[in-house]
Amino acid sequence: MRKNVLRPLSILAALGIAASLAFVSQPAGAQGTPAWTPRVQSPAVALKGSGASFPNPVYQVWIAVYKQVNPSVSISYQSVGSGQGQRDFIGYLTDFGGTDSVVSTNVVAAQAPDALHIPTVLGAVVPTYNVPGLAAGTQLRFSPDTLAGIYLGTITTWNNAAIVADNPGVTLPSTRITVVYRSDSSGTTSIWTDYLSKVNADWRSRAGTGTTVKWPVGIGAPGNAGVTSTVLRTSGAIGYVELVYALGNKLPVPFIKNAAGNFVLPTLENVSLAAAGATIPDDLRASITNASGANSYPISAFTYVLVRQNTYTDAAKAGALADFLYWGLSDGQGAALRLGYAPLPTAVRTKAMAQLNKITVKGQQVFTQAPK
Amino acid sequence: MAPATSTGETFSERFARQTQHGDSIFRGVTLVFALAVIGLVATIGFVVINGSALAREQFGLGFLFDSIWNPTATDTSPAVFGAWPAIRGTLLSSAIALLLAAPIAVGIGIYLAELCPVSLRTPLSFLVELLAAIPSVIYGTWGVLVFVPFFVTYIATPLADTIGQAIPWLAGPVSTGRGIMAAGCVLAIMILPTIAAITRDVLSLVPNTQREVLLALGATRWEVIAKSVVPYARAGIIGGIMLGLGRALGETMAATMLIGNSQQINQSLFEPGTTAASLVANELPNVQSPIHESALITVAMVLFLITLVLNLGARLIIWNMNRGPANARR
Repeated sequence: MRKNVLRPLSILAALGIAASLAFVSQPAGAQGTPAWTPRVQSPAVALKGSGASFPNPVYQVWIAVYKQVNPSVSISYQSVGSGQGQRDFIGYLTDFGGTDSVVSTNVVAAQAPDALHIPTVLGAVVPTYNVPGLAAGTQLRFSPDTLAGIYLGTITTWNNAAIVADNPGVTLPSTRITVVYRSDSSGTTSIWTDYLSKVNADWRSRAGTGTTVKWPVGIGAPGNAGVTSTVLRTSGAIGYVELVYALGNKLPVPFIKNAAGNFVLPTLENVSLAAAGATIPDDLRASITNASGANSYPISAFTYVLVRQNTYTDAAKAGALADFLYWGLSDGQGAALRLGYAPLPTAVRTKAMAQLNKITVKGQQVFTQAPK
Repeated sequence: MAPATSTGETFSERFARQTQHGDSIFRGVTLVFALAVIGLVATIGFVVINGSALAREQFGLGFLFDSIWNPTATDTSPAVFGAWPAIRGTLLSSAIALLLAAPIAVGIGIYLAELCPVSLRTPLSFLVELLAAIPSVIYGTWGVLVFVPFFVTYIATPLADTIGQAIPWLAGPVSTGRGIMAAGCVLAIMILPTIAAITRDVLSLVPNTQREVLLALGATRWEVIAKSVVPYARAGIIGGIMLGLGRALGETMAATMLIGNSQQINQSLFEPGTTAASLVANELPNVQSPIHESALITVAMVLFLITLVLNLGARLIIWNMNRGPANARR
């Protein structure tokens, strides 16, 4: 009796394992590059990380695929949010941290002087809207001051002169605008408010940049999903979500006027161009919102992995971590693109790889790789 | 059953015979369990008091009544924290929930205990208890998908367009419909089964002599219920209402999904607000600064104190009643 029940179950389980193996091995194979030779042939090590939820899908795929190319390294990453990720890292609870925003300068100085910021992929935030009466497929156009005006509550209807001026030839209704924001503190809000602060002095003085701000108007909904469902269910609503989420759910997205004065769509190429167009310091702690460049999408940001420069004690672990990140920055970028994340431009990847060479244990460099 | 060993005595039997202290061991174990509860409350109290010290020192009692909650410092305004929007939203949404739910729930309880045919009593009671066991995220989802659209079209907009013109508390315009009123209505549905189930239970504990005496005097069914059964059980009914209020005050998930999470104080109940529980849940995972974290813990402490005060109040009411005329009539 029991055997009869178990047999189909075990077949199902075997199929499931086979299917998942097929899935995870696909990105590496599809690269067209030879199998990865790990730079560090270490004894079995386990690495722990926690942090930002935005890059969690790509990190999980990286971890699964890297386990195939270097089976001696087991990595775990918990998606707990950027703030908690920074605290776990600073408190030495994890080997690496994930964060959407750079660790603030005074925290670095006081608590984590040896933290290195390694950008892994690019994220972007995109407004999405529900305007009644628009012709199907109409993509609205927003200039920075219009977006700031809407979120400040000075622009209250869709047929406001500022929105009409941005959208010649589009008939806009007199519907009241309902502003929707993230109720939970999040890196997405941080990128969005960083952008608004850069482009609009009024926003900078009244609300500022942060994971939660004092919203002048609007209602808060939890998570990307909460914002999206509120926008979709409310006639005249506008909200902001992560680009990955907007593309995955085919939400209406607008053209945004960038620093060069061009209206650009939020595409992965334009997000990568923003990173290429911005001036990146050598420590890579940079905000790339409102970046220059003709086609740069202006609401873009790096997401980072935090590693320690010289306070790891186990050379094998530190080397494995550096090798994993090096792999993510090279072979892993293709997988990131397929998951809907914008890959880093070559110049930034080179700088990020150079950071990995700085990791030392007891004065010994643990990882050497000429940036390719 | 395992066969007895050759000695005819298992280890535990021998142990019990040798010690003969079963009762005192059991008493000790249960005492530890009971003390664990006290220890837990004390630990929570310590964490909350300790964590809130920074904000309490900086803002003092004004924290309770200041209505500006700004976690992000800007060029012109520093980071300041005032809990009034959260306290106001918590009290208002819970009050709405209680006003809507208590009469209906007591009615349900009276019907189930006194008037319901026996064949209906079991299935109806089961359904009421099932309603109490539904997780709050499901109420929240139902509220967002089903209740709020209905609420906007058939309740909020007509109210705002008519009496809302005269009463600012019900003024429009109604945009998403998510706000203190919508959250209060869904909270009412959530606490309904709690109050109804307790009312039914305490009413069914009223001795039959209470009913028979009045019936023998020629009282109607209504008179029996209103003059004898409900007064006899009112302490228990109030206890049930307070339990429901406790659930409404501390509700986090459904409130977050329905209240709109705005720190602005809007007089209209159709506008968004926030509650203490949802504010803490929203902002604590990604705090901006130590003072932000401390302010959120202070909000949690205030919620703790509100619950404590209301529970003590309910105890006082029940205590007074048990010495009052209702008791004398027994």
